[in-house]
Amino acid sequence: METYTLIVLLLAATLRVAAPLLLAALAGMFSERSGIIDLGLEGKMLGASFAAAAVSAVTGSAWLGLGAGIVTAVALALIIGFACITHRGNQVVAGMAVTIMVAGLAPTLGLAWFNLGGQTPQLDGPGQRFTAISWPWAQAAREAPFPGLLYAELLSGHNLIVYFTLILVPLSAWVLYRTRFGLRLRAVGENPLAVDTAGISVNALRYQAVIISGVLCGVAGTYLSTAASSGFVRDMTAGKGYLALAALIFGKWRPWPTLGACLLFAFTDALAVRLQGVTLPGVGVIPVQFILALPYVLTVLLLAGFVGKAVAPKAIGVPYSKEK
Amino acid sequence: MSVPAKLPRWAEFGLLPFINLTVALLLSGAIIRIMGESPWNAFKLMGAGAFGSQDSIGYTLYYATNFIFTGLAVAVAYHAGLFNIGAEGQAYMGGLGTGLVCLGLGHWPLWAVLPLAVLAGAGFGAAWAFIPAWLQARRGSHIVITTIMFNFIAAALMTYLLVNVLIKPGQQSPETREFAPGAVMPAMHELLAKVGISFSATPFNLAFGFALAASVLVWFFIWRTRWGYALRVAGENAQAAVYAGISPPRIIIGAMLLSGALAGGLGLNEIMGAQHRLVLDFPGGAGFVGIAVALMGRNHPAGIFVAAVLFGALYQGGSQLSLDLPKVNRDMVVVIQGLVILLCGAMENLFRAPLAAMFRRKDGE
Amino acid sequence: MIGVLRARLRSNGCESGHEACNEMSMTAPSTHSAPPALELRAIDKRFGAVHANRAISLAVAKGSIHGLIGENGAGKSTLMNIIYGFHQADAGEILVNGRAVAIDSPQAAIAAGIGMVHQHFMLVENFTVLENVVLGIEGGRLLAQGLAAARTELERLARDYGLDVPLETVVSELPVGLQQRVEILKALYRRAEILILDEPTAVLTPQEADQLFRLLARLREQGKSVILVTHKLREIMAVTDRVTVMRQGAVVAAVPTRETSLRDLAERMVGRAVLLQVAKGPARPGAPLLTVQDLEVRDDRGVPRVKGVNFELHAGEIVGIAGVAGNGQSELLEACAGIRSPSRGEIRLQDRDLVREGLDPCARRRLGLAHVPEDRLHMGLVTSFAAQANAILGYHDRPAYNRGVATNRAAILAGCEEKMAAYDVRPPNPRLRISAFSGGNQQKLVLAREIGADPSVLLIGQPTRGVDIGAIEFIHKKLVALRDAGKALLIVSVELEEILGLADRILVINGGEIIGEVAPADATEQKLGLMMAGVRGEGGA
Repeated sequence: METYTLIVLLLAATLRVAAPLLLAALAGMFSERSGIIDLGLEGKMLGASFAAAAVSAVTGSAWLGLGAGIVTAVALALIIGFACITHRGNQVVAGMAVTIMVAGLAPTLGLAWFNLGGQTPQLDGPGQRFTAISWPWAQAAREAPFPGLLYAELLSGHNLIVYFTLILVPLSAWVLYRTRFGLRLRAVGENPLAVDTAGISVNALRYQAVIISGVLCGVAGTYLSTAASSGFVRDMTAGKGYLALAALIFGKWRPWPTLGACLLFAFTDALAVRLQGVTLPGVGVIPVQFILALPYVLTVLLLAGFVGKAVAPKAIGVPYSKEK
Repeated sequence: MSVPAKLPRWAEFGLLPFINLTVALLLSGAIIRIMGESPWNAFKLMGAGAFGSQDSIGYTLYYATNFIFTGLAVAVAYHAGLFNIGAEGQAYMGGLGTGLVCLGLGHWPLWAVLPLAVLAGAGFGAAWAFIPAWLQARRGSHIVITTIMFNFIAAALMTYLLVNVLIKPGQQSPETREFAPGAVMPAMHELLAKVGISFSATPFNLAFGFALAASVLVWFFIWRTRWGYALRVAGENAQAAVYAGISPPRIIIGAMLLSGALAGGLGLNEIMGAQHRLVLDFPGGAGFVGIAVALMGRNHPAGIFVAAVLFGALYQGGSQLSLDLPKVNRDMVVVIQGLVILLCGAMENLFRAPLAAMFRRKDGE
Repeated sequence: MIGVLRARLRSNGCESGHEACNEMSMTAPSTHSAPPALELRAIDKRFGAVHANRAISLAVAKGSIHGLIGENGAGKSTLMNIIYGFHQADAGEILVNGRAVAIDSPQAAIAAGIGMVHQHFMLVENFTVLENVVLGIEGGRLLAQGLAAARTELERLARDYGLDVPLETVVSELPVGLQQRVEILKALYRRAEILILDEPTAVLTPQEADQLFRLLARLREQGKSVILVTHKLREIMAVTDRVTVMRQGAVVAAVPTRETSLRDLAERMVGRAVLLQVAKGPARPGAPLLTVQDLEVRDDRGVPRVKGVNFELHAGEIVGIAGVAGNGQSELLEACAGIRSPSRGEIRLQDRDLVREGLDPCARRRLGLAHVPEDRLHMGLVTSFAAQANAILGYHDRPAYNRGVATNRAAILAGCEEKMAAYDVRPPNPRLRISAFSGGNQQKLVLAREIGADPSVLLIGQPTRGVDIGAIEFIHKKLVALRDAGKALLIVSVELEEILGLADRILVINGGEIIGEVAPADATEQKLGLMMAGVRGEGGA
């Protein structure tokens, strides 16, 4: 029974770790499906997590924080858009630049505004954070291991953003495959010239895509600073943006497989926390670093074609200009 | 237009980077203003902090040494048409190689340890670059993504090694014991003292000389040898390379080996020259600064040298800044770095196109 | 072939027995009352220093096929891109059915009833035919409804025009001819009244081209107007009602097709009498230098493109490979040059087995096998490099260009100057970027480089593509001189006239197989055309 509890708790933790990862990966999906490599995920998330925590700390409202996080991430996305779409700059460089810039800017502004060494104040007031929502009878259900505990821990007890994220997967799939916008988005990432000659503006589509990416990164960043923890700390994203990118590739740029990849990567993370210093019978202590590096190794293996094959949108990374 | 607008050489290598840097500094000045400090005062303090004394010059050049190595690494890959984001991880592993030699052979004389340390640093860096290179060349895996992944894998591996294997026994913080005196890169002030020049004691060390030598060698290799020619052909036009009998996969692997080896040189400065032991995260983002340095230096060793010294000054001046202005910290330098990458790299058309138009008009008259 | 095509067109049109048949065989049906479907007035366009279109005026009558011909670089594509809203004219007017329209985007062009079939298809390869057709006019925010309506409409169009295409098939799985039909369907689905086709037959077999022309005739019957952009005179003569000739950005002639002739059009196109015959004496073939046996070459997707090809190339002769583009000649050339490795067979250069020894292009050059590639800009040159750096491409490891580990810069410069002088490359400045030279001068430098190494065998793809007429003559003379010096030349060209003029023997390739050999003396265009279409020749000539 203890193992069962352990597994349920592990899965619940997986879900919590997966949420921001999934948000960022879906953000990347919209951008990359339009043909814009999204190496700015990390920076947009970091910027949003700082803005959300700062605004929430000042106004006392997590919702205003969310708004600020989204606005910030969208603004950063527009910088990338301006560089890559309008000025046809190198997309990899633009993403790196924004990420590095934010890595410096967030603690700098944090220091100037709050004088706490680059952090934001603790968010401990009421309404300053997105807290776990307890579903009806969750407390009571906990008593019955199955399915009660499952209900209490896995379904109940998460914050709003986690639930939003879970709805986002079918929603993204629906947008991508069942709507006009989705059709055009997929087309522009494959053959922008065809889209242009069909009388659709390539640049407008790509701007829409990077703005969506900004919005989702904004939510992801907000989650990190106002839901998963209480306040912003330096380098809070810690590579999650890149991990999300890996998950996106692992999910072959599709919503459902990307969900799977995010859950897998989040599971390794949750597992690593659990296995810290634990001696497994017959194996001994598994170095936690190896588990943490697993998603990156898996992604490399996938990219190498040793486990399946990830085929990127054909026009990705190529600036569009009609005169060749 | 796939071919960017052409500028005269002096504008390409002088004016354009200067404009980009100026705009980056103006933007950061605006940010400093927002934070309630005087930008002019801040930049003056930074300038003084970077060049105002022997001490500060020493530190500036010590930082610059790291950036020369990583800048060259990014540039060599760039000429082969590759974007190496993995200089950070390659430098990390290169430092491990250098560190292992220094730990193991510290009792040998310096003249014997030094060549081995150089070789080990270059070798480990190259080895770490080899896997992404091989995957790109033979399996078509996108090298930008794989090198990012390898940065994280390198970080995990090094953490494991320092925490579990190489840690000095009986100690809490994850670092190795100090190297024996024989395995320490001579400091510049000691060398200068031998020829009768007195210089403040700083981490500035002989690795700077290695960085300069590497710059000259890279220049010679890229622009004065048939291998460099082949590398540039493959970087510009892979189809033309195949036509000319140059194998793009071989170039990819060769260029990345060289790139990784150059990044690995960072360990000579940081590990053998300054820390004298292996510590966690000693590259400290220099791999990413290398991207800014290479972009600003237009991927030419001379430009890289200038840009590296400039970033060395920013890093040194920036740490000075945080002492004097309580509201500004060192991270401001990272903001400038990001802006430089943005303006020199991603938005280079922003100023290039108007400049090119200006020069055309002048020619027309 | 022209006669055949024409007869087919007419008989096909007449089967319907309507009046349209009469109108069809007549030239431009000029009903005086109706304004032209499309009229251009004094369209002018500059790209920097290049004056691409100079005050172009032309009128396309409703229900007619209008030919637009001109050499590469004459400004045809620019003009079509202006009509389709891809570029905007600096000056001038576009009138559709007599009303001035502002066409500032493809969207506006589509709204004005203009459709375009580009030379390189504008299709999303991993989309189905249906998805490709509706892209841009999906009929609502959600796909389901729009797609259903589109399917019905497309089935109707398919019936009306005989345009059968499997709607649910992914485009990349369709053959080229069908992909082109998807493009035409796209235009018709957008209710295009004016259809522009840019070099539509470049990728088609003669049969497919034939089908296309029948389709165009049917469109004309239904009152649609067609603009056929091509540089193939025979097509113009065969299917158009009127023809407009462009040269150096300007219209130089606009005539009813039946009042002109092939030779007349050719002369107007290039601005002077065309040298259809290359001056050369009889060949004196010597020993075989290049022997190809049972060669099979596959493309990147693993599809065999060259299937069991055998031939010998002798010293002192020029062998031409004739065929519709895409029938394996490119792969054959690349396999001989060492760029593509064959999946089967032998390529021997005198006594060396190039395939078994696995020799790369560099090694083959050292043995005396030089190669002028078909695609000069993407393969033969590095456009961002200076002329002198391009003049050593493929020869950069020669001792002459190196001194120890360093390159010999003086020798490289001198070598380039020498080549530029010998081949009259202008401007004779080795330090200038190669992209600043004209196509003809670039090609001359490539030839100078490849011939300069004194090869025994020279492979040449498209010797004069995109090259001005003066340079064409120069290049042809050089090639004949090389032959007379006892070298062996293998030429691949889409210009049938060029093959007929230069070659001493012609091998016809179809579907990756050499299906016959002809001597130019008894080769007519008709005979070659039939063989290119896959009709077997009567054995060796």
